[in-house]
Amino acid sequence: MIAQLKEHYQKSDNSILYLCVLYYIVMSFITPGFFSLGNNWNLLFNLMPLVIVSIGQTCVMLTGGIDLSITSTIALSSVVGASFMSSDSGLGFNPSVSTFIGIGVMLVVGAAIGLVNGVAVTKLGMPAFMVTLTTMMFFSGFAVWLTESQNIYNLPDSFLRISSMSMRDVPIPVVAALGVMLIAYFILNTTVIGEWIYAVGLNVKVARISGVNVDGTIISCYVFCGVCAALGAVLYTSRLETGSPIMGQNILLDVIGAVVIGGTSLFGGKGKVKWTLFGVLFISLLDNGLNLIGLSYFLIMIVKGLVILFAAILNVLKERPSLAS
Amino acid sequence: MLLELKEIKKSFGQVRVLKGVSFTLEAGKVLGLVGENGAGKSTLMNILGGIHKPSSGEVFLEGKAFAPQGPTVSLNSGIALIHQELNLFPNLTVFENLFVKNFPRKSVAGIKLIDRRAAIFRAKELLEQVGLDIEPDRIVESLSPAQRQLLEIAKALSSSPRIIIFDEPTTALTRHESRRLFSLINDLRSNGIGMIYISHNLEDVISLSDDIAVLRDGEFINGYTKGGGYSLGSIIRDMVGRDMDQFFPDRDNIPRTDHLLEVKNLGMAPIVNGVSFVAKKGEVLGFYGLVGAGRSEVARCIYGLDSFEYGEVLWNGMRVKTLNPAAWISRGVAFLTEDRREEGLLLDQSIEKNVALASLGSFASAFLRRIKRKDINSAAKKKAEATRVKCDSFDGQATSTLSGGNQQKIVLAKWLLTDPKLLILDEPTKGIDVGAKHDIYELVNELVGNGSSVLLISSELEELLGMCDRILVMNRGRISAEFAKDVFNREAILESALHVMEEAIGA
Repeated sequence: MIAQLKEHYQKSDNSILYLCVLYYIVMSFITPGFFSLGNNWNLLFNLMPLVIVSIGQTCVMLTGGIDLSITSTIALSSVVGASFMSSDSGLGFNPSVSTFIGIGVMLVVGAAIGLVNGVAVTKLGMPAFMVTLTTMMFFSGFAVWLTESQNIYNLPDSFLRISSMSMRDVPIPVVAALGVMLIAYFILNTTVIGEWIYAVGLNVKVARISGVNVDGTIISCYVFCGVCAALGAVLYTSRLETGSPIMGQNILLDVIGAVVIGGTSLFGGKGKVKWTLFGVLFISLLDNGLNLIGLSYFLIMIVKGLVILFAAILNVLKERPSLAS
Repeated sequence: MLLELKEIKKSFGQVRVLKGVSFTLEAGKVLGLVGENGAGKSTLMNILGGIHKPSSGEVFLEGKAFAPQGPTVSLNSGIALIHQELNLFPNLTVFENLFVKNFPRKSVAGIKLIDRRAAIFRAKELLEQVGLDIEPDRIVESLSPAQRQLLEIAKALSSSPRIIIFDEPTTALTRHESRRLFSLINDLRSNGIGMIYISHNLEDVISLSDDIAVLRDGEFINGYTKGGGYSLGSIIRDMVGRDMDQFFPDRDNIPRTDHLLEVKNLGMAPIVNGVSFVAKKGEVLGFYGLVGAGRSEVARCIYGLDSFEYGEVLWNGMRVKTLNPAAWISRGVAFLTEDRREEGLLLDQSIEKNVALASLGSFASAFLRRIKRKDINSAAKKKAEATRVKCDSFDGQATSTLSGGNQQKIVLAKWLLTDPKLLILDEPTKGIDVGAKHDIYELVNELVGNGSSVLLISSELEELLGMCDRILVMNRGRISAEFAKDVFNREAILESALHVMEEAIGA
């Protein structure tokens, strides 16, 4: 029995999901209020934007890159979109029109930042880490400068309802996250560009010689990642009812942590949508549970670090080819 | 007896790689070890080198049981392994590479420091021993492949081994450098060192070895002793397990006269200096020359992998403006590059995915570019099977686990699936065994028989003589001579490759 379980665990790529379930069960018993409807909803709503942003990041990391600028993308889309929509802006659109325009503008901002990142990485041949570190600094500074460090209020009701509305009883944020996951899954597993993304991540030289449009593939991934971050910004902005220039500042490490814990390789070429979902679930559960226990922020950080390290070790142990004897 | 192997067996999981191999090696003798790729030679060597442990069987070193726990133990017991893939640190200097395991030390005020001066002095001795004329503080990155190979040998000598194992030492060397290596091997032999020499170049093995052991499919097939009466043919028969009446298969089509690819005055100083040639339809056009003569570079420039300074390329008589791999593939041109591990294969991916990679576009729907999975998988599998690749699974086995010859077949299958009108092959049979070579030649012939053309770049003159309709010889970035099939002349070809030209001879 134990041996069978062990073998299944060795072969399956759902190990993080099992950890999540185990953690969820244990926490339900020991933490008051963890297993409550309110908390579960809370968890779900925290989870959705993180899933969306992490899926974008996964695509970039599959090409062997990294996008550190997602947080600044969230902040800039939030304030630019909010200033289009806010009744303080004096643009005077009718509220539902301005909601559409606002969301459109936010996604365009995300795509534009992704385009800048992608072009710098491919055409200028700069390392992704450098490019996105600088765009992170530039655009987060830009967002603060634009708003003079003020939040933007008075957003139209139709926009605020996004985070509470449902489509056939499924909340819109869940619909959005499912949509992004399906699109990413479809692209990665059934299309030419999906194959190209993996090939570029595994070996750029081989990919180029085999006729892969390397630059186009990489740029598309950064643009997709930017759009995902902007979509995350839509959900965050709607829920907080404000456009904030410091929105999403703390989620960068959660996003990258979630993707990597899920099993996506930092060197590219290996990763799945499913893995990232599990990774995000894991990080969110961890955060939520520790918060409910009532640990201080610093203790939470310490425990989180330890648990992530533990999960990473489990993953590495699994990966290591058993030494044939 | 210096070394004795008794009934060595080794399995990786379900795969039995060695099925009970025994042989002996005496001091001051060279044992030639031959066999096809995947016959188990490398595994055997890795067992001696302490990298793998045998599943069963025993090794005796000077009569004592020897079961190394790791590479360092083997090295300290006097077994030096010179790998086919070089194990040098390209970012370090020559002498640092030589002593990376055991730097000479000196003690300053009780603190042990590296003794650079002693290291450089000792490095000079070792370099001289292998006939390598370079400064010990050169960065390894700046060395040619041949120099690196010799450095690897110097590194092996630095541990004063009693047994040296050479795994394909001459693939990166020119004839001249190989000869120097052979005289070094003869010196070592007279110093009482026992050597195991693994190579696909059977002429070399025959001329060097005192004894020859032939492996096939993990079994010891036959052993020969110098003067015991054997021939190249009998060794090949033992290796392959079948008669190969004709090593270079026949091809009876005649090249047409229309030009498929035309290159005019192509140049990238100082490597390529004004190269012009024409490849005709249905022709196998060979490129011969020394390493560094610019053959690969010409192909890389044409294919858009390297940029060039001047010249033009015509395809079917039309000037080509966009030179990049994707554009060439859509025109029907494929390029099998020299470095299959770095540029040919996605090593972590399955055979199926590798073969499909260059043809994804032609198996995708117009809308959303969805891949027709079933079609492409069965087409890829069919192509891979046509190359007679030996593997356990097409969709589950990473290509990194295949032997060199089988890996090359996968790269070739990838290009054949694109249905090329022109196939450029850069050293397609480097480091692969006779059987796989033969299979590759047959595939090339089949392709040409269907009207396609092939550019064959090779350092093996035999291969070019056997396969080509025409051979162009390159020398220092220029085409120095051209030979048609009916006037192939080995000496003249060698001469035009070796001689320093006063003037370029335009083609």
